[in-house]
Amino acid sequence: MPGIKLSEKTIGQIKTICSDFGNQGSELINVLHQVQGKLGYLPAEVQEVIAKELNISVAKVYGVVTFYSYFTMIPLGEFPISICMGTACYVRGSEQVLAEFKRQLKVEVGQSTPDGQFSLNCLRCVGACGLAPVVMVGEKVFGRVSPQMVKNIIADYKEGTAGEAKSA
Amino acid sequence: MAEYTMHILVCGGTGCKASQSELIKSNFKTRLNEYGLSDEIQVILTGCFGFCEKGPIVKILPDNTFYTQVTPEDVSEIIDEHIIKGRQVERLLYKDPETQKTVSTANGMDFYKKQIRIALRNCGFINPENIEEYIGRDGYGALGTCLTEKSPEDVIRIVKESGLRGRGGGGFPTGLKWELTRKSVSDQKYVVCNADEGDPGAFMDRSILEGDPHSVIEAMAICGYCIGADKGLVYIRAEYPLAIERLKIAIRQASEYGLLGDGILGTDFNFSIEIRYGAGAFVCGEETALIHSMEGHRGEPSVKPPFPAEKGYNGKPTNVNNVETFANIPVIINKGSAWFASIGTEKSKGTKVFALAGNINNVGLIEVPMGITLREIIYDIGGGIKDGREFKAVQTGGPSGGCLTKSFLDTPIDYDNLVAAGSMMGSGGMIVLDDTSCMVAIAKFYLEFTLDESCGKCTPCRIGNKRLYEILEKITDGKGTKEDLSRLRMLSNVIKDTSLCGLGQTSPNPVLSTLDHFYDEYLAHVTTSSCPAGQCKALVHYTIDAEHCTGCTLCFRNCPVGAISGEKRSPHYIDQSLCIKCGVCFEKCKFDAVLIA
Repeated sequence: MPGIKLSEKTIGQIKTICSDFGNQGSELINVLHQVQGKLGYLPAEVQEVIAKELNISVAKVYGVVTFYSYFTMIPLGEFPISICMGTACYVRGSEQVLAEFKRQLKVEVGQSTPDGQFSLNCLRCVGACGLAPVVMVGEKVFGRVSPQMVKNIIADYKEGTAGEAKSA
Repeated sequence: MAEYTMHILVCGGTGCKASQSELIKSNFKTRLNEYGLSDEIQVILTGCFGFCEKGPIVKILPDNTFYTQVTPEDVSEIIDEHIIKGRQVERLLYKDPETQKTVSTANGMDFYKKQIRIALRNCGFINPENIEEYIGRDGYGALGTCLTEKSPEDVIRIVKESGLRGRGGGGFPTGLKWELTRKSVSDQKYVVCNADEGDPGAFMDRSILEGDPHSVIEAMAICGYCIGADKGLVYIRAEYPLAIERLKIAIRQASEYGLLGDGILGTDFNFSIEIRYGAGAFVCGEETALIHSMEGHRGEPSVKPPFPAEKGYNGKPTNVNNVETFANIPVIINKGSAWFASIGTEKSKGTKVFALAGNINNVGLIEVPMGITLREIIYDIGGGIKDGREFKAVQTGGPSGGCLTKSFLDTPIDYDNLVAAGSMMGSGGMIVLDDTSCMVAIAKFYLEFTLDESCGKCTPCRIGNKRLYEILEKITDGKGTKEDLSRLRMLSNVIKDTSLCGLGQTSPNPVLSTLDHFYDEYLAHVTTSSCPAGQCKALVHYTIDAEHCTGCTLCFRNCPVGAISGEKRSPHYIDQSLCIKCGVCFEKCKFDAVLIA
């Protein structure tokens, strides 16, 4: 990945978050949550700043970031799509739904479309098993999704009419 | 505070929220306002009712009318008919699938009849964002009794006598755990609530925290009193924003009411609770891994002993219990250990919450007494298999569990029977599979999960599971051999015997149990390259039977990749090079003309 130059403002934001947690190494996970909440993702450059502020090694920060699935080093798309791969959704056909999203968007899991509009990920159980298979686009939950519906879901967001789309 | 004559309870569980229950709630409020009834009728968003299949659910009190599958558009009718004229809206009532009669209250539904709700007692009954509603249902009474009338030893004895065992998976006796932590000498101890529900397909902890957060807070305080801790930590998944929000509100309200903080209820007992966020790692359900994660490290487990009861968070004695375990505590104190121990089997007391899902009619969250049979759960509560298909197996215990077949339908469910049957209780995921599910693919599915979640610290788990997965992949691709089956078994046993923590020690369970119960299915994959369930893509071809095809074009119109061609009213044809084997044509065909080979 090409290097990113962080703006002074961004560095300032990261430093503030670190000092809010007393620059304590033991608060690393809380710091990462806050920083990702602010910036959307945690690229290497951001991790370096955090390591310096908390006085721990960059390797330690990287180790934690890559350990937990919630943290991401790649920016999400404008409309992040997550397919539930919990067991309930799996036995009701989420694999086919995922395959269809991959086919339509021409991306693999963990990637974004070149225009940055969509990113594709899997998640484990959102707790809406009654609606399986479930797909989330941003905060919106689509229930009982079939491969045939995939095209329309994507089109709704492309055309900006998603707000009117029925969710379940 | 206004005196309400009626209450409208709208389910705010995740499933119902996804089906616009928030809009339903606000429509109710708007409409009531128009009638000038806002001061007389209260509308609240509750926790999960459990009957997710029929959501969104709306319940009207005091007459207990239970409306199912309500849409925002139905609100006006409910108000005009039910609230104003006192007539139930028939079409929104639950219809018994067998008798076709409408049932207007939850008590009359088969789904609820066999349930006993202890941990879920308040879910769907109270507004989780209002502490007074919890107090109104005996809330914090147990804490008061403990602090003013009982010594910590007394309380521990009650919990021990109740026979309560850890509901997170292990089934360790809760009272004993408390006693061990109490006996550790230290200037500082901690109570930790494990709310890092990671089992895909289980959402009971989330539902309890969303529907009844105070029950967990109260129990943590009681635990703190027993073990001598003044600090509690809730380790919760960051993916559960609603649960986090409600927990925060509950902690704030409990502090305002003097039920958390210093000198609780006029005694010298101090207790406060903080929230720690998990970041998505299944292994953090293991208590040593969870503790490392709370300390800001990678969530890798460490060798036990020392147990957290001796050396846990920050090196201090720590008692870790899961959400559902805690939710049982206040009731046990209030109603007594004998009452609790009267429910269940000899070695498994009380109830267990299961997330019933998969190919079953009534998907939802259920709480049943230990000792109930699978048959009762699946056919009485669950309403049988979806689309009238054949029951094949039920998977319990998530990625650490196994599959139970027809022959176990009448086995009473408890910790020990499940283990004896090659599965385990786990956190309570219960996935029902019908004859369209390939058991090899299911084993592969779980292993893929474990592979993803293995922390990588010990070799058997990190590399062994990878090899297991590769063999399964080979089999589902139709390239497996008979030797692979014995290799699977041998490797599974090595991984079980030599892994460091519970994750690795149980990860081969789905493989072993499917090998035991569905050996024929494995054999079909490796000897005749066929998948009896028709699920393994590489082994399946869809073709159209020209004799039966009427040329209705339904398959043609539904094929997502345009692999089907043919003229109207003449037989169609599938281009195998384009077919992605999604099975849509097979599902859609009304003439059974699409064949799986």
